[in-house]
Amino acid sequence: MSNYSRSSLRSPLGRVRALGSARHGAMHWWTERLTSLALIPLSLWFVISLLTTLLGAEAQGVAAWLSSSFTALLLAALTLIGFIHTKMGLQVVIEDYIHCECKKIATTLFKDTCCYALMALALAGIAKLHFIGL
Amino acid sequence: MARPQDQRPLSPHLLIYRPQNSSVLSILHRITGVILSFGMILFATWIWAAAYDAQYFALIQQLAGSILGKLALISWTACFYYHLGNGIRHLNWDMGRGFSLPEMTRSGWLVLLFTASLTIFTWAIVIRKVGF
Repeated sequence: MSNYSRSSLRSPLGRVRALGSARHGAMHWWTERLTSLALIPLSLWFVISLLTTLLGAEAQGVAAWLSSSFTALLLAALTLIGFIHTKMGLQVVIEDYIHCECKKIATTLFKDTCCYALMALALAGIAKLHFIGL
Repeated sequence: MARPQDQRPLSPHLLIYRPQNSSVLSILHRITGVILSFGMILFATWIWAAAYDAQYFALIQQLAGSILGKLALISWTACFYYHLGNGIRHLNWDMGRGFSLPEMTRSGWLVLLFTASLTIFTWAIVIRKVGF
């Protein structure tokens, strides 16, 4: 500390503060694993539903499929967990390849807005088809 | 502002590195994930359109029925099965298993086999049910 050459009045501690990790890494990692685990059965269930009942279906067919509360619940879960997983996965890609801080923040904001907007769109569709019908 | 440290070469020189099973499958996980993210736009708007917008729903059906649409759907199917299979491989690694080189190469080929066979199987069902 004594041989530290001071070119400004900022303390060494002040210089390094906020330059470390955001302390959210472990939670991000863990949530990504949990969502991927949940998406294994949910996504396979959706693909099987596409193949068995939704192939070439009109809106009436989708509405009939979603009239069951079990189906609506599973599709809502898939939507919610799917978009959280998408948002987190894209976050890592953005942080790895975009190094300019302002571009990184702008891309992240745009990505999060798209994910939440699409999630809301899908949930609104599920709710309407389930509770009201076409 | 270009700082001297930004001009240094980056390790491990990706462009002159010979592609290997491990590195190619690793970047494929990321690429398929990004492609699937774009598929989520279709997923969400398809549900929304079924409930609220008959015109847009008809447009989606028309696009999905076109040749380009079918090619996109086949690519998404392959990306889905790859990301699913390789994701399970990742979860296995997260539990500390399967890290030896022979095991990794074997599980890598297994994921490719899983992807190819399930993509073909899925589209065989589609073609049998509604034709191409």
